[in-house]
Amino acid sequence: MSSAQLEIQIIASLVAIACAIPGTFLVLRKMAMISDAISHSILPGIVVGFFITQDLNSPLLILLAAVTGVITVVLVEYIQKTGLVKEDTAIGLVFPILFSIGVILIAKNANDVHLDIDAVLLGELAFSPFNRFVITGVDLGPKSLWVIGTIVLITVGLLIAFFKELKVSTFDAGLAASLGFSPMLLHYGLMTVSSVTTVGSFDAVGAILVVALMIAPAATAYLLTTNLKKMLIYAVCFGVFSAISGYWLAHGLDASISGSITTVLGFVFLLVYLIAPHRGIIAVLYREKQQRIEVSLLVFLLHLSNHNEKEERHVKHLNEHINWQKVQSKTVLDLALKNNMIEINEHIVSLTKKGEAFTKQAISYIVTNEDSEIEHIKEDFFLFRG
Amino acid sequence: MTENHHHQIKQSSSTKRIAVKVDDLTVAYNYKPVLWDIDLEIPEGVLMAIVGPNGAGKSTLIKSILGILKPLAGSIRIYNKPYSKQRALVAYVPQKGSVDWDFPTTALDVVTMGTYGSLGWIKRPRQRHKKAALEALEKVGMLPFKNRQISQLSGGQQQRIFLARALVQNASIYFMDEPFQGVDATTEIAIINILKELRKANKTVIVVHHDLQTVPEYFDWVTFLNVKKIATGPVKDIFNDDNLTKTYGINYKVSVQE
Repeated sequence: MSSAQLEIQIIASLVAIACAIPGTFLVLRKMAMISDAISHSILPGIVVGFFITQDLNSPLLILLAAVTGVITVVLVEYIQKTGLVKEDTAIGLVFPILFSIGVILIAKNANDVHLDIDAVLLGELAFSPFNRFVITGVDLGPKSLWVIGTIVLITVGLLIAFFKELKVSTFDAGLAASLGFSPMLLHYGLMTVSSVTTVGSFDAVGAILVVALMIAPAATAYLLTTNLKKMLIYAVCFGVFSAISGYWLAHGLDASISGSITTVLGFVFLLVYLIAPHRGIIAVLYREKQQRIEVSLLVFLLHLSNHNEKEERHVKHLNEHINWQKVQSKTVLDLALKNNMIEINEHIVSLTKKGEAFTKQAISYIVTNEDSEIEHIKEDFFLFRG
Repeated sequence: MTENHHHQIKQSSSTKRIAVKVDDLTVAYNYKPVLWDIDLEIPEGVLMAIVGPNGAGKSTLIKSILGILKPLAGSIRIYNKPYSKQRALVAYVPQKGSVDWDFPTTALDVVTMGTYGSLGWIKRPRQRHKKAALEALEKVGMLPFKNRQISQLSGGQQQRIFLARALVQNASIYFMDEPFQGVDATTEIAIINILKELRKANKTVIVVHHDLQTVPEYFDWVTFLNVKKIATGPVKDIFNDDNLTKTYGINYKVSVQE
């Protein structure tokens, strides 16, 4: 591995970290689309900043572009507050206009500036090691490494300092306001960090990948944990993993690095979406199937406890009485037998003591909706969870 | 309200300190007034229900007192000082539906949020804050659920978590926005018991309430609200068909329990 390759991977990983942190809060605040808006609408800020500084990594350019990002948020909220359109419409109105102003600015001045739309949309991570940070003849590494490194340090610092405030204002803005933590201040703080991160990552990975790195790792982490700290850590891990493996995928396929990283992000999400233990598709389908069977079991047990007549409890005729398919009846019968809830004497099914007690409890739960009584049943059966 | 009633209320409240004083409060959404020139004095130690039809501005009144909404005009005093100086004295139980219960956090963590106000910016909750949160969970009977993810709780349990979060603030004045909305019987009893305990400790409790039938049973003070303030005072004096009709607009009759 050459030093340039190593530098690219470090830059990509730092970008992933810088994006995952604000991204987690954006996902929890249901503001994922805002990151899309910011990433596009900062273009005019970048162009104007570039005219002034002639340097894509200049702090002034980052500042100017970040201000454009915050202006986007303000505009979106202003349009939304008029009550004439909804938030998604407001976002759809604001960012294409700002973005296209940037496009026109580039086109009008494309002859004398080194800045093109492809680079803005997709970035050029492979070139980032060429733009060095040199002071008095000493090479201190790629410029974008310094830029994104600084942004990561600031973002992590702010996160550690204001974790509690961000958590409470994201979960319950009303409570945060009544406790004296201005939700407005925290909101715009988060928007500023998101804008700065977007601009700082933009040069390296482009507008589309910035959005992917903000949203996909956080959305993936959300499926796996019920703890905010863990969600942040998982999001960072998924981001860094995708950045590095995406780089090697691009290397192997001789394809765009940013495109490969985004593809890996998508696949990681898809995989977790399928196999996540509680919220994953497979787990949900399995749980629904279990619940169906358990409801059937309960119907069956209730039928037994309501009917003393032998013909109603004959093992061969049960499915006729309850009007079920044979397969379903068999599954339910087996489940009840396995749990010692019924016994079969000469083809006549009857409830055991355990079965009777269970039926009583389950019915009283359904009638009273009293949770405390069936805590122990919950462990065995999916039906009574959530 | 008769002259006589006025006199009685003045007398009974003059012996007590005023916990919350609202003067000329007007709140508007997009220049449409939701609350219109409200004057309100809430004496210390009362259990007060705010009643009124939908859209009467009950939640808005609470949110304006707590500084969550910015009023168009008027002033709010908590023990004779602005709210921003008296935050530590006030706890708030928002409507259960106002938050996303899928948020990645546990019951204990939500209750711990109640301690954030006393911590101020940047400082983190310590062991004693966690201990206080556990005690509050115990009080509402939710200790066994402390590590449960909040979406895995029933509606009533979620409401009790909110209540515990307010209790942990150890405030003097409690504002609750429809705590009885959609809860099971166990939770309703738990809330009532806590309200009574708070009153015993001379705390002031202000509750947005929907169920008119239970007002005389649960509360000793009531405010009728419908954009304007209709009446405020002791339940035994002013909770009558006359005020109910004025507030709800139709000929309202509620059998008041003696």
